[in-house]
Amino acid sequence: MIRLHNIEVSFDLGGGQEHTVLKNLSLEVERGQTVSVIGSNGAGKSTLLNAIAGTVPVRAGKIFLDDSDVTPLPEWARAMYVGRVRQDPLAGTAGDMTLLDNLALAYRKGPRRFRIATPPKFAREMADKVAELGMGLEDRLRENVSRLSGGQRQALTLLMAILSRPSVLLLDEHTAALDPANAEIVGELTRRFIAEFNLTALIVTHDMKRALEQAGRVVMMHEGEIIADLSGAEKEKMDVAGLVRLFKKVRGAEYAEDRDLLI
Amino acid sequence: MIEGILVEGLIYGILALGVFVSFRVLDFPDLTVEGSFPAGAAAGAIVASSLSLSPNAFAKALAVPAGMLAGFVAGGVAGFVTAAVYHRLKVPPLLAGIVTMTGFYSINLRILGGKPNLPLITNNPMLKLARSFMSGILSPEWSLLASCILICLVLFGLLDLFFHTEIGIAMGALGDNENAVIQAGIQPNRLRAWGIMLANALPGLSGAMAAAYQGFADVNLGQGVVAAGLATVMLGELVVHSQFIGVQLARVFIGSIIFRALMYAARSWGYVAGITPNDLRLLTALLIIVSVAISRYGRKHR
Repeated sequence: MIRLHNIEVSFDLGGGQEHTVLKNLSLEVERGQTVSVIGSNGAGKSTLLNAIAGTVPVRAGKIFLDDSDVTPLPEWARAMYVGRVRQDPLAGTAGDMTLLDNLALAYRKGPRRFRIATPPKFAREMADKVAELGMGLEDRLRENVSRLSGGQRQALTLLMAILSRPSVLLLDEHTAALDPANAEIVGELTRRFIAEFNLTALIVTHDMKRALEQAGRVVMMHEGEIIADLSGAEKEKMDVAGLVRLFKKVRGAEYAEDRDLLI
Repeated sequence: MIEGILVEGLIYGILALGVFVSFRVLDFPDLTVEGSFPAGAAAGAIVASSLSLSPNAFAKALAVPAGMLAGFVAGGVAGFVTAAVYHRLKVPPLLAGIVTMTGFYSINLRILGGKPNLPLITNNPMLKLARSFMSGILSPEWSLLASCILICLVLFGLLDLFFHTEIGIAMGALGDNENAVIQAGIQPNRLRAWGIMLANALPGLSGAMAAAYQGFADVNLGQGVVAAGLATVMLGELVVHSQFIGVQLARVFIGSIIFRALMYAARSWGYVAGITPNDLRLLTALLIIVSVAISRYGRKHR
Protein backbone atom coordinates (compact mmCIF):
# COMPACT_ATOMS: atom_id res chain seq x y z
CA MET A 1 0.00 0.00 0.00
CA ILE A 2 1.23 3.49 -0.86
CA ARG A 3 -0.07 6.69 0.69
CA LEU A 4 1.37 10.06 -0.31
CA HIS A 5 0.15 12.97 1.71
CA ASN A 6 0.72 16.43 0.21
CA ILE A 7 4.30 15.78 -0.81
CA GLU A 8 6.45 18.45 -2.35
CA VAL A 9 9.79 17.99 -4.09
CA SER A 10 11.98 20.79 -5.37
CA PHE A 11 15.49 21.07 -6.70
CA ASP A 12 17.90 23.85 -5.92
CA LEU A 13 18.91 25.55 -9.16
CA GLY A 14 21.51 27.68 -7.39
CA GLY A 15 21.49 31.43 -6.88
CA GLY A 16 18.46 31.19 -4.61
CA GLN A 17 16.33 29.78 -7.41
CA GLU A 18 14.55 26.51 -7.18
CA HIS A 19 12.42 24.35 -9.37
CA THR A 20 9.40 22.66 -7.83
CA VAL A 21 8.93 19.27 -9.46
CA LEU A 22 6.10 17.87 -7.35
CA LYS A 23 3.50 20.24 -5.95
CA ASN A 24 1.37 19.28 -2.99
CA LEU A 25 0.79 15.84 -4.42
CA SER A 26 -1.41 13.24 -2.76
CA LEU A 27 -2.02 9.72 -3.94
CA GLU A 28 -3.34 6.53 -2.42
CA VAL A 29 -2.74 3.11 -3.91
CA GLU A 30 -4.40 0.14 -2.27
CA ARG A 31 -2.77 -3.19 -1.67
CA GLY A 32 -2.74 -5.27 -4.84
CA GLN A 33 -3.62 -2.36 -7.09
CA THR A 34 -1.70 -1.57 -10.27
CA VAL A 35 -1.49 2.04 -11.35
CA SER A 36 -0.12 3.38 -14.63
CA VAL A 37 1.42 6.83 -14.48
CA ILE A 38 1.48 8.82 -17.72
CA GLY A 39 2.33 12.38 -18.63
CA SER A 40 4.59 14.53 -20.78
CA ASN A 41 8.32 14.91 -20.29
CA GLY A 42 9.12 16.83 -17.13
CA ALA A 43 5.71 16.12 -15.62
CA GLY A 44 7.41 14.64 -12.55
CA LYS A 45 6.63 10.96 -13.13
CA SER A 46 10.13 9.72 -12.40
CA THR A 47 10.50 12.16 -9.53
CA LEU A 48 7.32 10.71 -8.05
CA LEU A 49 8.91 7.24 -8.00
CA ASN A 50 12.20 8.68 -6.73
CA ALA A 51 10.33 10.38 -3.88
CA ILE A 52 8.59 7.16 -2.90
CA ALA A 53 11.83 5.16 -3.05
CA GLY A 54 13.74 7.82 -1.14
CA THR A 55 16.16 8.64 -3.94
CA VAL A 56 15.15 12.29 -3.63
CA PRO A 57 14.04 13.88 -0.34
CA VAL A 58 10.64 15.51 0.01
CA ARG A 59 10.49 19.08 1.20
CA ALA A 60 7.06 18.65 2.73
CA GLY A 61 4.42 15.99 3.19
CA LYS A 62 4.41 12.41 4.36
CA ILE A 63 4.99 9.07 2.65
CA PHE A 64 3.46 5.88 4.02
CA LEU A 65 4.29 2.41 2.79
CA ASP A 66 2.31 -0.43 4.37
CA ASP A 67 0.97 1.96 7.02
CA SER A 68 4.48 2.90 8.19
CA ASP A 69 5.66 6.46 7.89
CA VAL A 70 8.85 6.09 5.83
CA THR A 71 9.37 9.80 5.18
CA PRO A 72 12.48 10.07 7.39
CA LEU A 73 14.03 6.81 6.16
CA PRO A 74 16.98 6.81 3.73
CA GLU A 75 16.72 4.98 0.42
CA TRP A 76 18.41 1.76 1.61
CA ALA A 77 16.01 1.45 4.54
CA ARG A 78 12.96 2.11 2.38
CA ALA A 79 14.19 -0.59 0.01
CA MET A 80 12.82 -3.01 2.65
CA TYR A 81 9.39 -2.17 1.23
CA VAL A 82 10.31 -1.35 -2.34
CA GLY A 83 11.24 -3.35 -5.42
CA ARG A 84 12.35 -1.22 -8.30
CA VAL A 85 13.24 -1.44 -11.97
CA ARG A 86 14.54 1.59 -13.84
CA GLN A 87 14.78 2.35 -17.51
CA ASP A 88 18.51 1.62 -17.72
CA PRO A 89 18.99 -2.18 -17.83
CA LEU A 90 22.41 -1.70 -16.18
CA ALA A 91 21.00 0.11 -13.15
CA GLY A 92 19.69 -2.71 -11.00
CA THR A 93 22.34 -5.41 -11.34
CA ALA A 94 26.05 -5.82 -10.66
CA GLY A 95 27.48 -6.59 -14.11
CA ASP A 96 30.79 -8.05 -13.00
CA MET A 97 29.10 -10.62 -10.79
CA THR A 98 27.31 -13.81 -11.73
CA LEU A 99 23.54 -14.13 -12.12
CA LEU A 100 23.53 -16.31 -9.03
CA ASP A 101 25.41 -13.74 -6.94
CA ASN A 102 22.99 -11.04 -8.09
CA LEU A 103 20.02 -13.18 -7.18
CA ALA A 104 21.57 -13.91 -3.78
CA LEU A 105 21.88 -10.17 -3.24
CA ALA A 106 18.20 -9.60 -4.06
CA TYR A 107 16.81 -12.73 -2.42
CA ARG A 108 16.42 -11.15 0.97
CA LYS A 109 16.29 -7.50 1.97
CA GLY A 110 18.24 -6.11 4.88
CA PRO A 111 21.60 -6.65 6.61
CA ARG A 112 23.78 -9.55 5.51
CA ARG A 113 25.18 -12.40 7.52
CA PHE A 114 28.37 -14.47 7.53
CA ARG A 115 26.73 -17.29 5.61
CA ILE A 116 27.53 -18.87 2.29
CA ALA A 117 25.35 -16.92 -0.10
CA THR A 118 24.81 -19.43 -2.87
CA PRO A 119 24.73 -23.02 -1.59
CA PRO A 120 23.66 -25.74 -4.10
CA LYS A 121 20.10 -25.74 -2.78
CA PHE A 122 19.82 -22.02 -3.42
CA ALA A 123 21.25 -22.46 -6.91
CA ARG A 124 18.59 -25.07 -7.73
CA GLU A 125 15.82 -22.86 -6.39
CA MET A 126 17.07 -19.94 -8.48
CA ALA A 127 17.39 -22.09 -11.60
CA ASP A 128 13.65 -22.77 -11.31
CA LYS A 129 12.83 -19.11 -10.82
CA VAL A 130 15.02 -17.97 -13.70
CA ALA A 131 13.52 -20.66 -15.94
CA GLU A 132 10.18 -18.89 -15.52
CA LEU A 133 11.60 -15.98 -17.50
CA GLY A 134 11.69 -18.30 -20.51
CA MET A 135 15.02 -16.95 -21.74
CA GLY A 136 17.25 -19.96 -21.17
CA LEU A 137 19.11 -18.15 -18.42
CA GLU A 138 18.82 -21.09 -16.03
CA ASP A 139 21.89 -22.64 -17.71
CA ARG A 140 23.89 -19.44 -17.36
CA LEU A 141 23.66 -18.82 -13.63
CA ARG A 142 27.46 -18.81 -13.23
CA GLU A 143 28.05 -16.32 -16.02
CA ASN A 144 28.58 -12.65 -15.38
CA VAL A 145 25.51 -10.48 -15.84
CA SER A 146 27.43 -8.15 -18.16
CA ARG A 147 27.26 -10.92 -20.78
CA LEU A 148 23.47 -10.77 -20.97
CA SER A 149 21.58 -8.78 -23.59
CA GLY A 150 19.61 -5.71 -22.53
CA GLY A 151 16.31 -7.60 -22.55
CA GLN A 152 17.72 -10.52 -20.57
CA ARG A 153 19.30 -8.18 -18.07
CA GLN A 154 16.09 -6.22 -17.60
CA ALA A 155 14.09 -9.44 -17.14
CA LEU A 156 16.61 -10.51 -14.50
CA THR A 157 16.32 -7.10 -12.81
CA LEU A 158 12.54 -7.51 -12.73
CA LEU A 159 12.89 -10.96 -11.20
CA MET A 160 15.32 -9.55 -8.61
CA ALA A 161 12.92 -6.72 -7.81
CA ILE A 162 10.06 -9.11 -6.97
CA LEU A 163 12.17 -11.94 -5.50
CA SER A 164 11.75 -10.74 -1.92
CA ARG A 165 8.02 -10.00 -2.44
CA PRO A 166 8.25 -6.27 -1.75
CA SER A 167 5.16 -4.39 -0.59
CA VAL A 168 5.52 -1.97 -3.47
CA LEU A 169 6.84 -2.40 -7.00
CA LEU A 170 8.05 0.73 -8.78
CA LEU A 171 8.67 0.46 -12.52
CA ASP A 172 10.09 3.50 -14.29
CA GLU A 173 9.72 3.01 -18.06
CA HIS A 174 11.44 -0.28 -17.59
CA THR A 175 10.78 -1.44 -21.16
CA ALA A 176 11.56 1.87 -22.90
CA ALA A 177 15.23 1.10 -23.56
CA LEU A 178 14.50 -2.33 -25.06
CA ASP A 179 13.78 -3.34 -28.63
CA PRO A 180 10.06 -3.97 -29.36
CA ALA A 181 10.29 -7.76 -29.07
CA ASN A 182 12.07 -7.67 -25.71
CA ALA A 183 9.84 -4.85 -24.50
CA GLU A 184 6.87 -7.11 -25.20
CA ILE A 185 8.45 -10.05 -23.33
CA VAL A 186 9.40 -7.97 -20.28
CA GLY A 187 5.99 -6.30 -20.33
CA GLU A 188 4.30 -9.68 -20.33
CA LEU A 189 6.50 -10.92 -17.49
CA THR A 190 5.60 -7.80 -15.55
CA ARG A 191 1.87 -8.49 -15.96
CA ARG A 192 2.36 -12.10 -14.93
CA PHE A 193 4.40 -11.38 -11.82
CA ILE A 194 2.05 -8.64 -10.66
CA ALA A 195 -0.97 -10.93 -11.04
CA GLU A 196 0.73 -13.99 -9.57
CA PHE A 197 1.99 -12.27 -6.41
CA ASN A 198 -0.81 -9.71 -6.18
CA LEU A 199 1.76 -6.89 -6.07
CA THR A 200 1.04 -3.24 -5.46
CA ALA A 201 2.61 -1.56 -8.47
CA LEU A 202 3.22 1.91 -9.83
CA ILE A 203 4.24 1.83 -13.50
CA VAL A 204 5.53 4.89 -15.30
CA THR A 205 5.19 4.63 -19.06
CA HIS A 206 5.03 6.68 -22.23
CA ASP A 207 3.07 4.00 -24.00
CA MET A 208 -0.58 4.97 -23.45
CA LYS A 209 -1.91 1.82 -25.01
CA ARG A 210 0.10 -0.27 -22.59
CA ALA A 211 -0.81 2.06 -19.73
CA LEU A 212 -4.49 1.30 -20.32
CA GLU A 213 -3.95 -2.43 -20.81
CA GLN A 214 -1.71 -3.21 -17.89
CA ALA A 215 -3.48 -1.41 -15.07
CA GLY A 216 -6.91 -0.95 -13.58
CA ARG A 217 -6.12 2.64 -12.83
CA VAL A 218 -4.39 5.38 -14.84
CA VAL A 219 -2.97 8.55 -13.33
CA MET A 220 -2.08 11.46 -15.61
CA MET A 221 0.52 13.97 -14.45
CA HIS A 222 1.40 17.43 -15.68
CA GLU A 223 3.85 19.94 -14.23
CA GLY A 224 4.17 18.16 -10.91
CA GLU A 225 0.50 17.60 -10.33
CA ILE A 226 -1.97 14.81 -10.91
CA ILE A 227 -4.42 16.18 -13.46
CA ALA A 228 -6.51 13.06 -13.97
CA ASP A 229 -7.09 9.85 -12.05
CA LEU A 230 -9.13 7.24 -13.90
CA SER A 231 -10.33 3.96 -12.50
CA GLY A 232 -13.27 1.59 -12.64
CA ALA A 233 -15.81 2.11 -15.44
CA GLU A 234 -14.31 5.47 -16.32
CA LYS A 235 -10.98 3.82 -17.11
CA GLU A 236 -12.56 0.88 -18.93
CA LYS A 237 -14.28 3.26 -21.37
CA MET A 238 -11.06 5.16 -22.04
CA ASP A 239 -8.92 4.70 -25.16
CA VAL A 240 -5.72 6.34 -26.37
CA ALA A 241 -7.54 9.04 -28.31
CA GLY A 242 -9.64 9.72 -25.25
CA LEU A 243 -6.53 10.17 -23.12
CA VAL A 244 -5.09 12.66 -25.60
CA ARG A 245 -8.36 14.63 -25.63
CA LEU A 246 -8.41 14.60 -21.84
CA PHE A 247 -4.83 15.80 -21.71
CA LYS A 248 -5.55 18.73 -24.05
CA LYS A 249 -8.66 19.66 -22.16
CA VAL A 250 -7.15 19.59 -18.70
CA ARG A 251 -3.96 21.22 -19.78
CA GLY A 252 -6.01 23.89 -21.51
CA ALA A 253 -3.25 24.92 -23.88
CA GLU A 254 -3.97 25.31 -27.57
CA TYR A 255 -0.46 24.36 -28.60
CA ALA A 256 -0.66 21.01 -26.93
CA GLU A 257 0.20 18.36 -29.45
CA ASP A 258 -0.23 14.65 -29.25
CA ARG A 259 3.53 14.41 -29.25
CA ASP A 260 3.81 16.12 -25.89
CA LEU A 261 1.97 13.28 -24.28
CA LEU A 262 3.04 10.44 -26.47
CA ILE A 263 6.78 10.93 -26.52
CA MET B 1 67.84 -16.51 -3.74
CA ILE B 2 64.66 -18.14 -5.00
CA GLU B 3 63.32 -18.65 -1.48
CA GLY B 4 64.08 -15.01 -0.71
CA ILE B 5 62.04 -13.88 -3.71
CA LEU B 6 59.17 -16.18 -2.77
CA VAL B 7 59.16 -15.03 0.86
CA GLU B 8 59.14 -11.38 -0.21
CA GLY B 9 56.50 -12.14 -2.81
CA LEU B 10 54.23 -13.73 -0.25
CA ILE B 11 54.70 -11.10 2.46
CA TYR B 12 54.11 -8.22 0.04
CA GLY B 13 51.38 -10.27 -1.61
CA ILE B 14 49.32 -9.80 1.57
CA LEU B 15 49.82 -6.05 1.15
CA ALA B 16 48.68 -6.35 -2.45
CA LEU B 17 45.58 -8.26 -1.31
CA GLY B 18 44.61 -5.13 0.57
CA VAL B 19 45.19 -3.02 -2.54
CA PHE B 20 43.10 -5.52 -4.49
CA VAL B 21 40.23 -5.20 -2.02
CA SER B 22 40.18 -1.40 -2.13
CA PHE B 23 40.97 -0.72 -5.79
CA ARG B 24 39.25 -3.69 -7.37
CA VAL B 25 36.54 -5.04 -5.07
CA LEU B 26 35.38 -1.73 -3.58
CA ASP B 27 36.44 0.50 -6.49
CA PHE B 28 37.80 2.83 -3.81
CA PRO B 29 41.27 4.22 -4.70
CA ASP B 30 42.77 4.10 -1.24
CA LEU B 31 46.16 5.60 -0.45
CA THR B 32 45.84 4.90 3.28
CA VAL B 33 48.05 1.85 2.75
CA GLU B 34 51.11 4.12 2.86
CA GLY B 35 50.19 4.73 6.49
CA SER B 36 48.63 1.41 7.45
CA PHE B 37 51.57 -0.68 6.23
CA PRO B 38 54.16 1.06 8.47
CA ALA B 39 51.55 1.22 11.26
CA GLY B 40 51.33 -2.55 11.12
CA ALA B 41 55.11 -2.79 11.03
CA ALA B 42 55.49 -0.54 14.07
CA ALA B 43 52.67 -2.09 16.11
CA GLY B 44 53.71 -5.63 15.24
CA ALA B 45 57.36 -5.00 16.06
CA ILE B 46 56.61 -3.28 19.38
CA VAL B 47 54.06 -5.83 20.56
CA ALA B 48 56.02 -8.90 19.51
CA SER B 49 59.37 -7.72 20.82
CA SER B 50 58.07 -6.47 24.16
CA LEU B 51 55.98 -9.58 24.80
CA SER B 52 58.91 -11.85 24.02
CA LEU B 53 60.88 -10.11 26.79
CA SER B 54 58.07 -10.66 29.26
CA PRO B 55 58.91 -12.90 32.26
CA ASN B 56 55.42 -14.37 31.98
CA ALA B 57 55.71 -17.59 29.93
CA PHE B 58 52.16 -17.27 28.67
CA ALA B 59 52.69 -13.73 27.37
CA LYS B 60 55.95 -14.85 25.83
CA ALA B 61 54.25 -17.66 23.95
CA LEU B 62 51.74 -15.19 22.56
CA ALA B 63 54.40 -12.79 21.26
CA VAL B 64 54.18 -13.88 17.63
CA PRO B 65 50.40 -14.19 17.16
CA ALA B 66 49.86 -11.03 19.21
CA GLY B 67 52.39 -9.18 17.05
CA MET B 68 50.63 -10.26 13.87
CA LEU B 69 47.25 -9.38 15.31
CA ALA B 70 48.58 -5.97 16.41
CA GLY B 71 49.73 -5.28 12.83
CA PHE B 72 46.35 -6.36 11.47
CA VAL B 73 44.43 -4.21 13.95
CA ALA B 74 46.68 -1.16 13.52
CA GLY B 75 46.10 -1.28 9.77
CA GLY B 76 42.37 -1.71 10.32
CA VAL B 77 42.28 1.36 12.56
CA ALA B 78 43.94 3.42 9.82
CA GLY B 79 41.29 2.13 7.42
CA PHE B 80 38.56 3.09 9.87
CA VAL B 81 39.87 6.65 9.99
CA THR B 82 39.83 6.91 6.20
CA ALA B 83 36.32 5.45 6.01
CA ALA B 84 35.07 7.87 8.67
CA VAL B 85 36.66 10.90 6.96
CA TYR B 86 35.28 9.80 3.59
CA HIS B 87 31.73 9.10 4.76
CA ARG B 88 31.27 11.79 7.39
CA LEU B 89 32.96 14.67 5.61
CA LYS B 90 32.19 13.51 2.08
CA VAL B 91 35.71 14.19 0.81
CA PRO B 92 36.99 12.24 -2.21
CA PRO B 93 38.66 8.84 -1.49
CA LEU B 94 42.11 10.03 -2.53
CA LEU B 95 42.01 12.98 -0.14
CA ALA B 96 40.65 10.86 2.71
CA GLY B 97 43.54 8.45 2.20
CA ILE B 98 46.13 11.22 2.06
CA VAL B 99 44.80 12.75 5.28
CA THR B 100 45.04 9.44 7.14
CA MET B 101 48.41 8.57 5.67
CA THR B 102 49.84 11.95 6.69
CA GLY B 103 48.45 11.71 10.20
CA PHE B 104 49.66 8.18 10.67
CA TYR B 105 53.25 9.18 9.97
CA SER B 106 53.23 10.90 13.36
CA ILE B 107 51.17 8.19 15.01
CA ASN B 108 53.64 5.58 13.76
CA LEU B 109 56.51 7.59 15.22
CA ARG B 110 54.71 7.52 18.57
CA ILE B 111 54.11 3.76 18.31
CA LEU B 112 57.84 3.34 17.77
CA GLY B 113 58.50 5.35 20.92
CA GLY B 114 59.44 8.61 19.21
CA LYS B 115 62.16 7.07 17.07
CA PRO B 116 61.90 6.68 13.31
CA ASN B 117 63.42 3.22 13.39
CA LEU B 118 63.25 0.18 15.67
CA PRO B 119 65.92 -2.46 15.07
CA LEU B 120 64.87 -6.03 15.82
CA ILE B 121 68.26 -7.66 15.37
CA THR B 122 68.59 -8.97 18.91
CA ASN B 123 64.92 -9.52 19.60
CA ASN B 124 62.87 -10.72 16.64
CA PRO B 125 60.49 -13.46 17.85
CA MET B 126 58.47 -13.58 14.62
CA LEU B 127 61.45 -14.25 12.38
CA LYS B 128 62.97 -16.58 14.95
CA LEU B 129 59.85 -18.72 15.08
CA ALA B 130 59.43 -18.71 11.29
CA ARG B 131 63.02 -19.81 10.73
CA SER B 132 62.91 -22.58 13.35
CA PHE B 133 59.33 -23.61 12.57
CA MET B 134 60.47 -26.67 10.63
CA SER B 135 63.93 -27.10 12.07
CA GLY B 136 65.32 -30.57 11.51
CA ILE B 137 63.35 -30.95 8.30
CA LEU B 138 64.11 -27.72 6.48
CA SER B 139 66.87 -25.17 6.56
CA PRO B 140 65.99 -21.87 8.30
CA GLU B 141 65.49 -20.16 4.92
CA TRP B 142 63.09 -22.78 3.64
CA SER B 143 61.38 -23.04 7.01
CA LEU B 144 60.74 -19.29 6.75
CA LEU B 145 59.25 -19.83 3.32
CA ALA B 146 57.11 -22.70 4.61
CA SER B 147 55.67 -20.54 7.38
CA CYS B 148 54.92 -17.75 4.90
CA ILE B 149 53.17 -20.22 2.60
CA LEU B 150 51.15 -21.50 5.54
CA ILE B 151 50.04 -18.00 6.59
CA CYS B 152 49.17 -17.06 3.02
CA LEU B 153 47.20 -20.26 2.48
CA VAL B 154 45.16 -19.62 5.61
CA LEU B 155 44.55 -16.00 4.57
CA PHE B 156 43.63 -17.03 1.05
CA GLY B 157 41.19 -19.65 2.36
CA LEU B 158 39.55 -17.21 4.76
CA LEU B 159 39.23 -14.45 2.15
CA ASP B 160 37.89 -16.83 -0.50
CA LEU B 161 35.33 -18.06 2.02
CA PHE B 162 34.48 -14.50 3.04
CA PHE B 163 33.80 -13.41 -0.55
CA HIS B 164 31.34 -16.29 -0.86
CA THR B 165 29.32 -15.19 2.15
CA GLU B 166 26.35 -12.84 1.95
CA ILE B 167 28.48 -10.00 3.31
CA GLY B 168 31.30 -10.73 0.87
CA ILE B 169 28.94 -10.81 -2.10
CA ALA B 170 27.35 -7.54 -1.03
CA MET B 171 30.84 -6.01 -0.75
CA GLY B 172 31.68 -7.14 -4.26
CA ALA B 173 28.42 -5.72 -5.58
CA LEU B 174 29.11 -2.41 -3.81
CA GLY B 175 32.16 -1.68 -5.93
CA ASP B 176 30.29 -2.76 -9.04
CA ASN B 177 26.90 -1.06 -8.63
CA GLU B 178 26.12 0.70 -5.38
CA ASN B 179 22.47 1.05 -6.40
CA ALA B 180 22.02 -2.73 -6.48
CA VAL B 181 23.26 -2.88 -2.90
CA ILE B 182 20.92 -0.09 -1.79
CA GLN B 183 17.98 -1.90 -3.43
CA ALA B 184 18.84 -4.94 -1.32
CA GLY B 185 18.19 -2.89 1.80
CA ILE B 186 21.85 -2.68 2.82
CA GLN B 187 23.40 0.43 4.35
CA PRO B 188 26.17 0.99 1.77
CA ASN B 189 28.45 3.23 3.80
CA ARG B 190 28.74 0.85 6.73
CA LEU B 191 29.56 -2.00 4.36
CA ARG B 192 32.16 0.10 2.56
CA ALA B 193 33.71 1.08 5.89
CA TRP B 194 34.22 -2.60 6.79
CA GLY B 195 35.73 -3.14 3.35
CA ILE B 196 38.18 -0.25 3.75
CA MET B 197 39.15 -1.56 7.17
CA LEU B 198 39.86 -5.00 5.68
CA ALA B 199 41.77 -3.37 2.82
CA ASN B 200 44.10 -1.78 5.38
CA ALA B 201 44.19 -4.53 7.99
CA LEU B 202 45.81 -6.87 5.43
CA PRO B 203 48.63 -4.38 4.67
CA GLY B 204 48.99 -3.92 8.44
CA LEU B 205 49.60 -7.64 8.86
CA SER B 206 51.93 -7.54 5.87
CA GLY B 207 53.81 -4.67 7.52
CA ALA B 208 54.26 -6.62 10.75
CA MET B 209 55.67 -9.56 8.79
CA ALA B 210 57.85 -7.35 6.59
CA ALA B 211 59.37 -5.64 9.63
CA ALA B 212 60.23 -9.01 11.14
CA TYR B 213 61.68 -10.23 7.85
CA GLN B 214 63.83 -7.14 7.32
CA GLY B 215 64.85 -6.99 10.97
CA PHE B 216 63.57 -3.48 11.65
CA ALA B 217 60.45 -1.36 11.70
CA ASP B 218 60.70 2.06 10.07
CA VAL B 219 58.26 4.95 9.67
CA ASN B 220 59.30 5.31 6.05
CA LEU B 221 58.43 1.73 5.20
CA GLY B 222 55.20 2.87 3.58
CA GLN B 223 56.73 4.99 0.84
CA GLY B 224 55.69 3.73 -2.54
CA VAL B 225 53.74 0.70 -1.33
CA VAL B 226 50.49 1.70 -3.04
CA ALA B 227 52.24 1.83 -6.40
CA ALA B 228 54.03 -1.45 -5.69
CA GLY B 229 50.73 -3.05 -4.65
CA LEU B 230 48.97 -1.76 -7.75
CA ALA B 231 51.76 -2.97 -10.01
CA THR B 232 51.44 -6.36 -8.32
CA VAL B 233 47.66 -6.53 -8.79
CA MET B 234 47.99 -5.49 -12.45
CA LEU B 235 50.78 -7.97 -13.16
CA GLY B 236 48.57 -10.72 -11.76
CA GLU B 237 45.66 -9.62 -13.93
CA LEU B 238 47.92 -9.60 -16.95
CA VAL B 239 49.04 -13.17 -16.37
CA VAL B 240 45.77 -14.82 -15.29
CA HIS B 241 42.31 -13.89 -16.59
CA SER B 242 39.40 -14.99 -14.44
CA GLN B 243 36.04 -13.83 -13.11
CA PHE B 244 36.25 -16.14 -10.09
CA ILE B 245 37.14 -14.47 -6.83
CA GLY B 246 39.30 -17.39 -5.70
CA VAL B 247 41.48 -17.16 -8.79
CA GLN B 248 41.52 -13.38 -8.52
CA LEU B 249 42.85 -13.65 -4.97
CA ALA B 250 45.41 -16.30 -5.90
CA ARG B 251 46.71 -14.31 -8.84
CA VAL B 252 47.56 -11.42 -6.52
CA PHE B 253 50.23 -13.68 -5.01
CA ILE B 254 51.38 -14.74 -8.48
CA GLY B 255 51.67 -11.08 -9.47
CA SER B 256 53.51 -10.33 -6.25
CA ILE B 257 56.10 -13.05 -6.82
CA ILE B 258 56.66 -11.88 -10.40
CA PHE B 259 57.00 -8.29 -9.20
CA ARG B 260 59.54 -9.23 -6.55
CA ALA B 261 61.45 -11.36 -9.06
CA LEU B 262 61.60 -8.43 -11.47
CA MET B 263 62.80 -6.15 -8.68
CA TYR B 264 65.38 -8.73 -7.64
CA ALA B 265 66.59 -9.05 -11.21
CA ALA B 266 66.84 -5.29 -11.52
CA ARG B 267 68.84 -5.10 -8.29
CA SER B 268 71.15 -7.97 -9.15
CA TRP B 269 71.74 -7.65 -12.84
CA GLY B 270 70.36 -4.23 -13.59
CA TYR B 271 73.91 -2.80 -13.62
CA VAL B 272 74.33 -4.37 -17.04
CA ALA B 273 71.76 -1.89 -18.33
CA GLY B 274 72.95 0.84 -15.99
CA ILE B 275 70.03 0.38 -13.57
CA THR B 276 70.80 1.20 -9.95
CA PRO B 277 68.62 0.57 -6.88
CA ASN B 278 67.67 4.25 -7.18
CA ASP B 279 65.77 3.38 -10.34
CA LEU B 280 63.46 0.79 -8.77
CA ARG B 281 60.63 3.28 -8.23
CA LEU B 282 60.84 4.37 -11.85
CA LEU B 283 60.71 0.70 -12.79
CA THR B 284 57.58 0.23 -10.67
CA ALA B 285 55.91 3.20 -12.34
CA LEU B 286 56.84 1.92 -15.80
CA LEU B 287 55.49 -1.50 -14.86
CA ILE B 288 52.10 0.02 -14.02
CA ILE B 289 52.04 2.01 -17.25
CA VAL B 290 52.97 -1.02 -19.33
CA SER B 291 50.39 -3.21 -17.54
CA VAL B 292 47.62 -0.69 -18.15
CA ALA B 293 48.71 -0.24 -21.76
CA ILE B 294 48.76 -3.96 -22.44
CA SER B 295 45.36 -4.59 -20.84
CA ARG B 296 43.83 -1.63 -22.73
CA TYR B 297 45.32 -2.81 -26.00
CA GLY B 298 44.24 -6.39 -25.31
CA ARG B 299 40.67 -5.37 -24.52
CA LYS B 300 40.39 -3.41 -27.74
CA HIS B 301 41.59 -6.30 -29.86
CA ARG B 302 39.88 -9.18 -28.10
